Amino acid sequence: MEPATLKRTPLFDRHRAAGARLVPFAGWQMPVQYAGIRAEHVAVRTAVGIFDVSHMGEIETRGPGALDLLQQLLSNDVSQLAIGQAQYSVLCAEDGGVLDDLFTYRLAPERYLTVTNASNHARDLAWFERHATGFEVEVIDAHEDYAMLAVQGPSARELVQAIADSPLPERFQAGRRLLAGRSALVCGTGYTGEDGVELLIDPADAPELWDEIVRRGATPAGLAARDTLRLEVCFHLYGNDLSEDRGPIEAGLGWCCKEATGFIGSDAVRAARDARPAEKLVPFKLDGPGIARQGNAVLGGGAVTSGTLSPCLDVGIGMAYLPAGRAVAGERFEIDVRGKVRRAVVATKPLYRHDEETDG
Amino acid sequence: MAEASYPEDLLYHPEHDWTKIADGVATFGITWYAQDALGEVVFFDPPEVGSSVTAGQSYAEVESVKAVSDVFAPLSGEIVEVNTALGDTPEAINDDPYGAGWMVKVSLSEESEQESLLDRAAYVASLT
Repeated sequence: MEPATLKRTPLFDRHRAAGARLVPFAGWQMPVQYAGIRAEHVAVRTAVGIFDVSHMGEIETRGPGALDLLQQLLSNDVSQLAIGQAQYSVLCAEDGGVLDDLFTYRLAPERYLTVTNASNHARDLAWFERHATGFEVEVIDAHEDYAMLAVQGPSARELVQAIADSPLPERFQAGRRLLAGRSALVCGTGYTGEDGVELLIDPADAPELWDEIVRRGATPAGLAARDTLRLEVCFHLYGNDLSEDRGPIEAGLGWCCKEATGFIGSDAVRAARDARPAEKLVPFKLDGPGIARQGNAVLGGGAVTSGTLSPCLDVGIGMAYLPAGRAVAGERFEIDVRGKVRRAVVATKPLYRHDEETDG
Repeated sequence: MAEASYPEDLLYHPEHDWTKIADGVATFGITWYAQDALGEVVFFDPPEVGSSVTAGQSYAEVESVKAVSDVFAPLSGEIVEVNTALGDTPEAINDDPYGAGWMVKVSLSEESEQESLLDRAAYVASLT
């Protein structure tokens, strides 16, 4: 894609001034790293980092039929979502394949905000709109209305609290606050395995809020660190670990599928749950040198969907689909890493735990 | 190293590799440009001593957190030494690409091949 056609977040100039390496990502020009991936990763694990995730999309669903529509689209039981709460779910096609994984926030009795993956936003929006027929509901593309910042790390809350007008929402809660005098939807969510918040804000407020949070000590962190952080704690990445060709049960996301609600794809999900899937997604560590990458084949069947070097554990880690019989912790298997056989062992989630020592 | 540098006394291959030749043995490594594009190197998978390399073909892999890249041989020959220290300190490829970050030493089979390599000025010109 030509750079001229790539979209820029309201923080593009900040990233460039900070010396970020900007790369095309899902149609956006995004910072992949600033000073260095390891330093950014460790800053989030030990202190606080700030990510520009304004490429993430937002869909607002509102009206008397909002709950009924979302209950039909999302895999989780949306009726359990109280005002001010956040809920994770997947969006399934009729055959149970995963179209996206999403956080939905209930902002008001009949008003919900769903955060989409950038690469899926247009498709998700079309899916929402297509299925909205017959519901008394408005589906609104809110992507342009929000910039999104993730402030993550053990001291993230303390930092953001210091500029907030009232106590921040707890984990998996969301609410409007004034941050340095600017209105923000503060969400107790994240993608790093650390405590922290995600901030949905007016794009016009983004540069000054970014500056204020950085001035107070947050380390700017890019998409590369975001990926190593999420993989250490085994959060799924759409396009890697989730796809239309796989269902949520084999991806280990059965916990957010409530088939009794009758969501689109629930019959296929129920059948998969009952039949037990042939393959399952597992976290793994390499036993020895090397780094497995997305697409590497598992000997005897299966494939790596995410792989990197863990900056905290200093070993190759990843997630792979394995035949169900081998998808048990402690099972040893081999991966074809570009012609070299690398030994790996199935681990338990998360691969990195806070109480383990960090040698990064 | 933070600042771009391309020493005068090296020869360069367009795939961002350098070589320094002394008494028919050439030392290979990757350039400042290559290590900068790659980002923090976390793994170097060395070839075996005794294996042969061919000019313009990959002889090793170097990995950053984000991606894996092939390393290309600027010249042909047989590997007589590998930098085993990079197993423990692959970051030397970033910190000192022309010194501690050297990768292999090769006994050259076709010394005339070096005529096709670039000098510093030509290589630097190719980067812009």
